[in-house]
Formats: sequence, structure tokens, C-alpha cells
Amino acid sequence: MMSVAVSEKNITTEIASGIEKSLNAASSDHALRKEALESFRNLGLPPNKAEEYKFTPITRSLEKNFNFATQNPVSKNTDVSAYAIPGVEADVLVFINGVYSKEASSIKSTGAVTVLPLQEALNTKKEIVLKHLGKHADTKADAFIAWNTAAFKDGVFIHVPDNTVAEKPVILYHIHDAAQGQVVSINRNLIVVGKSSELTVLEKFDSTGSANFSNTVTEAVVAENAGFNLYSIQNDNGPRYQFGLTQIYQTNFSRVNTYTFTLSGKLVRNNLQFVLDGEGIESHMYGLYLLANDTLADNHTVVDHRKPNSFSNEMYKGIMDGSSKGVFNGKIYVRPNAQKTNAFQANRNILLTDKATVNTKPQLEIWADDVKCSHGCTTGQLDEEALFYLQARGISKETAQAMMLYAFAGEVLDNVKHPVIKEYLDNVISERLHKNF
Amino acid sequence: MSKDNQVLEELTSKEYEHGWTTNFETDSAPKGLNEDIIRFISAKKSEPEWLLEWRLSAFRQWTKMKEPTWPNVTYPPINYQDIIYYSAPKQKATPKNLEDVDPELIKTFEKLGISLTEQKRLTGVAVDAVIDSVSVATTFKETLGELGIIFCSFSEAVLKHPDLVKKYMGSVVPVNDNYFAALNSAVFTDGSFCYIPKGVRCPMELSTYFRINAANTGQFERTLIVADEGSYVSYLEGCTAPMRDENQLHAAVVEIYAMKDAQVKYSTVQNWYPGDKEGKGGIYNFVTKRGLCFGDGSKISWTQVETGSAITWKYPSCILKGDNSMGEFYSVAVTNNYQQADTGTKMIHIGKNTKSRIVSKGISAGHSQNSYRGQVHIMKRAEGARNFSQCDSLLMGDKCGAHTFPYIDVENNSAKIEHEATTSKIGEDQIFYCLQRGIDEESAVALIVNGYAKEVLNQLPMEFAVEAQKLLALTLEGSVG
Repeated sequence: MMSVAVSEKNITTEIASGIEKSLNAASSDHALRKEALESFRNLGLPPNKAEEYKFTPITRSLEKNFNFATQNPVSKNTDVSAYAIPGVEADVLVFINGVYSKEASSIKSTGAVTVLPLQEALNTKKEIVLKHLGKHADTKADAFIAWNTAAFKDGVFIHVPDNTVAEKPVILYHIHDAAQGQVVSINRNLIVVGKSSELTVLEKFDSTGSANFSNTVTEAVVAENAGFNLYSIQNDNGPRYQFGLTQIYQTNFSRVNTYTFTLSGKLVRNNLQFVLDGEGIESHMYGLYLLANDTLADNHTVVDHRKPNSFSNEMYKGIMDGSSKGVFNGKIYVRPNAQKTNAFQANRNILLTDKATVNTKPQLEIWADDVKCSHGCTTGQLDEEALFYLQARGISKETAQAMMLYAFAGEVLDNVKHPVIKEYLDNVISERLHKNF
Repeated sequence: MSKDNQVLEELTSKEYEHGWTTNFETDSAPKGLNEDIIRFISAKKSEPEWLLEWRLSAFRQWTKMKEPTWPNVTYPPINYQDIIYYSAPKQKATPKNLEDVDPELIKTFEKLGISLTEQKRLTGVAVDAVIDSVSVATTFKETLGELGIIFCSFSEAVLKHPDLVKKYMGSVVPVNDNYFAALNSAVFTDGSFCYIPKGVRCPMELSTYFRINAANTGQFERTLIVADEGSYVSYLEGCTAPMRDENQLHAAVVEIYAMKDAQVKYSTVQNWYPGDKEGKGGIYNFVTKRGLCFGDGSKISWTQVETGSAITWKYPSCILKGDNSMGEFYSVAVTNNYQQADTGTKMIHIGKNTKSRIVSKGISAGHSQNSYRGQVHIMKRAEGARNFSQCDSLLMGDKCGAHTFPYIDVENNSAKIEHEATTSKIGEDQIFYCLQRGIDEESAVALIVNGYAKEVLNQLPMEFAVEAQKLLALTLEGSVG
């Protein structure tokens, strides 16, 4: 036991000293980074079996697979089109091994909507960036958030001013080319949606080659009456280890939909946290994890109802194949004055093999009385009777199975609003589930 | 309606009805905890050497352990040296039968509504009565003895049936299981022991009644129930304590061992003193209860009605080891004023085709905090396991909290697990419906709460169900509006 404790400290110290060297006292975000580094040192990476990381041995995996003193290899000739979503008209930002690639990106937005690499925005839009950056993702809460805040390389800054509808979505491709060695990337996104505005953002994670790790933090501030959709697609060929935090801050009458699709990877940890700091808010969280081989996907969601009369709805579904592990933890807080809150949560899992496991913990913490909150969660397998019914009608067992799994996943997929993204996801998921009907 | 009226009349006139003390001479140990105190307790009970060793080893392990901080409750640190670990009503000699028992003690129990005199056979319940640290009387011993059932105080079992005690004590809750179980193993003073032989269906309800009387004492009792092949027993447990300003610690251990096809039903109505309206005083109820379905086809069922205690920290669990074994947990936990409860269950599925069912109903009122914490764990070889969990919370007032922490860990793909939870308040439309029909608000609430808890109350033996119903209304008195 002792040696483990020591090694967690080692890896924290190793990373911290690397960050310290990279700090630049002249940069506009220096104070923020310095404070975050301090808190990273104090927190340390989570030890084995820490309550928030009980089933996700992330520190150990990082320790075993990564050397944080080395530089990322330079990637040449990365073919972005192989990862792109076909036929979608969008502003595209490409990050290869964590670095913004101007050549591969295409930002066409002109006029009111600002779409910039974060590093550039820190120079040209300093005031508004520093007003929001690091104000919502709590560096004291989690060592990975502190790490990200102290060490982020690049990301995107999107600002939609009041009364503006961003017509095209913004797509971020995070590509890791780890063919030449390990890749570690620390990305940070800041999204500000003004009053009565609309925005859709899609993040897509892909990797090839050997072990690669990304720590991505996205902060989104959604003002009154605004609408915001966030898609996240994780479909790696390479063994990606990932920590992701999406921190969303909503005010009066805003509407946010998030969609998280985890289709591959080695160890994926998604933190999705909502603060509902206003009335009449609507928040929808949809998640689908289709896991195979030895993938571990861990979705931790927090919905914090702080004011009365808001509505949140969460639906996460998972299919576990191979020796994969699914972890779900959903917390709903209803603060003392958040009366008339409606909060729903559902988590449904299918285990396909006897090596796959699932650990789920839906959690309600409620301090207000006039609320309607519920959660439901199930774990099971395909219904034998339904399979038999289909087989009795001349459908092969494989097809019947695929039909049922596709229908199961369909409940999440149906909620995707953007037609091109929906078609793309439908194709990917159909292929994964061997849909042949 | 007349029954509900009666309930209401009773509840409006009384607060905590068992808050009195009895004055009888006591024989107690000095305050504090060390190996000498443990030797003192052991000597007082003329225990064999092996048990003393067992206690001492538990104590040594306890000193190395840390008090758990994960429960969702807050309380000032407990000074374990400021507790009297042994206190017993003084008796001239060991009573041979009830006539020898101090009449003051019998009166105490009569006042609590428990007849120790066997003339009142109508009640049909065998009772083991425990005051502070010792068991003072066990009724119906002879009748049960004819069937081969052993039902006696733990101390007596240690002396008369050492083989059974030695074999099963600590087999379900190991000494070092948790902080309070280790403390209990070191200093436990009495409790009940029950053995049901092969194929015997126990003809009456067995019951233990716990009463804390002396001040500054902690109660550490231990109950061990062993159900042999094909046997059946229904067991009841009740508890009360006087009203005092300081907090008192109650750290008990209950172990149930069920062999092939045995069935054990364990019901608790917990009504320790909950503290006053400002949250002063009350019992800290830190209890470890666990049942082991060791044999195939065995069944353990926990039913609890938790209304008392300043702080409750308790998770009656089932380890479903035998194939086709079954575990059940039915709970109503009510908190009012400044009470805190963190309670729930653990269902560990190990054997094939094991089934478990969890129904938990939490009701919080006043400034109280009520948490459900539970785990359903399907182990790898538990083919065809089935679980259904439902935990509902009802909030009365805007100062209280309801929390649920369910852990669901599935390692076998043939398992079917369902879990659902809801939190809400009493619907205004429901109250309005009652008001319209001339039922006043307080009765309406009592009516609705009883309906809400019915699923659990129905599981209780009849004698308890009535008491539990009254208790529910009583605990929630004044929490409306």
C-alpha cells in the first residue's frame, strides 16, 4: 500500500514540475495558471479507489503508460478528411496532437460570431476571455481540472453575441497521431452564448497509433433565452486515455442539449456538470456508450439546480461487449430554494458477455420539498422472448439481435437534432451493431 | 376512520412517550475504555478464556481503525473514554425464574407495554428483555425448549452453548468489519442468542426489547440467530431510551446465519430517543446488521421502521451465498426536527439464481436529513441474479433534505437489475381531496403517509404493525404547514 501512495505523489510531482517550467509570467492568464498549479499540487492525482474514481484506475493507467517529461512527436501528413464528418457545413478547427493546425482548419464565420483559437483570443479578446475563463470549472474540485487550467495548450474560443443565431455549427477535431510515440494533449475551450442566441458545437476525438492521453476542459456560459447544443463523439482507433470535463453554466430560460457518444477508446472519463442558476431552464443530457474489447467508459454527470422552476432530463444508455466496463454516476442536487424543480434521470445498460461489467450510481441530493425528482436504472440483457418472437418470423438470430440493439440505441439517437450529424452517427452506430436489415 | 382518529388523538397529546427513567440500583464499570475494562466485563459475565481473547483481539484491531467519515451525517467527535461500557441493574442472584426478577424491572417493562409475566399468553411473543448492558429476563424459554429451540441471552448462550457461539459468532460480521463492529466485538455486554434446529418452524414470534436506562452509558449488544436447515423464525426487535440532553451511543451487531432452505424474518421498530426539538440529546444508533444466506434456497428478510435516534447509521445486509437464496429489505425511515439518518442495505449476490428486493421509503420533516445508501453487487458467478430496488423519498417542509446513494455493480451479464427512485412532497391535490371530504389536514397527512408506507408496514407482524403505524404519526406530529 505504501508504495502506491508514494508513486501517486511521484506522478503528480513529475507533472507539476513540467508545468512549472512551461509557465510564462508575462502571459495574460498567468495568475490563473499559477493558482491552478498550486491546487494541482495540493490535490494530487486521485489515488486508487478514491470515491470519485472508484472504478476508473486513471492515475495508475497514466503512470504505467506515459512519461510526462517527453514531448509529443511532430505529426506529418495527418489526413484530416479520414476523420471528418461528410457533408456538414461548418466552421472547422483541427487540433493535431493538441496543437491548433491553421492549414487544416477552415473558419468562415464572419461578422457577429467570433470563432478563434483560444491562444489567439487570449491576445485579441483578452477582456471577455478572462472574464469567463476558469470561472466555472473548479480547479479545487478535481486534480485533472487543475492540471488542465495550469497547463492548457490551445482550444477554441467561441462567442455568440446577443440576439444572434450561429447558422453553422462549429466542429472541433481533436486528432492524436501517436504512431511515432505517446501523445499527451491538454486542451481548453471557452464558449459564450449571448442572450437569445443559438449555437451548436461538435467535438470529435480520434486517434491512431500507441497510447495517447487528452485532458480536455470545456466551459460554456449560456445567457438568458439562449439555446446551445453540444455533441461529443469519441471513436478512437488508438488506445486513447481521456479525461474530459464539460462545465455548463445556464441562466434564466436557457436551453441546453448535450449528446455524448462514446464508441471506442481505452479509458474514457467524461465529467459533465451543469449549473442551473436561473429559472425556467431546460437541460437535456443524452449519452450512449457502445463498448467493446477492454474499453472503460466512465460518465460522471452532475446537475445542480440552484433556482426554482427548472427542468433537467438525463438519459444515458450503454451496451457493453467484450470485457468492457461501463461506469455511470449521475448526481442531481436540488438546492434549498430550488422549489418546483423537475429532474429526471435514466440509465439503462445491456451486458452482452459475461466478462463485461457495469457499475452505476444514480444519486439524488435534495433539500427542497416541492420538487419532482426521479431516477431509474436497469441492467440486463436482450429479452429472450423478443428474440424468439423475431426468430419465429424467419429473422436470423444475429439480425434479430442487431435489430434490438439498434432500437435500444435509437432512443438516444432519435434526440439528435442536426440532420447531417444524425445521419453520420446513425451510420457509425449501425455499422458497430452489424445492422444489416 | 375511527382508527385514524385514535391515532391522531394519541399523537397530539404526546411527544416521546418512553422518555422516563427507572431508579434501580445499578452495578457499573467506571468510565473509559481499555483492556482492563474489557477484562472487567468479561469477568463480570464469567466468560471463558477464548471469549476474552476474542474481545481483546477485537479491541487491539479497533485501536488501529478510524471512525468512518463517509456517511452523510454530522456530529461532534465521540469521546470513547467518556462512556460507561458496562451498567447492569443490581440483582441479588441470577434469577431462576420470573418471580425472582426485581419487580421494579418487571414494572419497567410493563410500563413499556411488554409483558414479562407469562400469564399474558395472549400476546404470544417470547421476549428477551435487555436493560442497559444485560438481559434481565427471557420468557417462554421452556415452551421453546421443547421444540429444541434455544432462545436466551447471549451471556447465557456463551456459558451453556459455547460450541454454537464459538462457531457462528463473527462468521457473518467479522471482528474487523468496520469501526463500530470492532468496538462492539470488544465490549459487547449482552444480547440475544437464538438457534432453530433442523426443520423446526418456530411457533411464536421471538423478540428482544432493548432499553437504555442509565446515564452516560453506551449500549453494545450482540444478537446471533442461527437457523438450521429448513427452519423458520420471525424475530422482532424494539428499543427505547429515556430523554436526556447528552447523546448516548448504541453500537450493536446483529448476525443471522441461514442454512439450506431456512427462512429468517427480522423486524425492527427502532424508537430510540431522537433528541428534542432543537436537536439536543438523542441516541447515536450505529449498528451493523448482516445476514448470510449460506445454504441453497435460504431466505432472509429485513423489515425496519426507523423513527427514533438522533443519528442512524445502519445497513441491514444480505449475503446471498447459497444458490436460489433470497434477500429482502423493507424500510420506512422517518426523520423529524434535527434527526439524521443514513440507512439502506447491501445485497451481495454470490450464488446462482439469487433474488433480492429492496423497498425503501424515506420521510423527512423539520430540519432533518434522510439518506438512502445501498449497494447491489452481482458477483461474477451469480448467474441469473435478479434485483428490484425502489427507494422513494417524501419531503415535508422546505428545511429538510432527502438523499439517495445507490451503488449498482454488475459483473454478470445474465443479471436483471432494476432500480428506481423518486422524491416528491405530498401532493396538494391529495390533501385537497381529503379536505374536501371533511378530513382535516393533519389527519390527511397521517392518512397519506400511512398509505405511502403501507408496502413496508404490511411486512411487519401484526403486533408491530399497529405500533409502527402509531409511531409514524407521532414522529411527524406538528410537521405539517
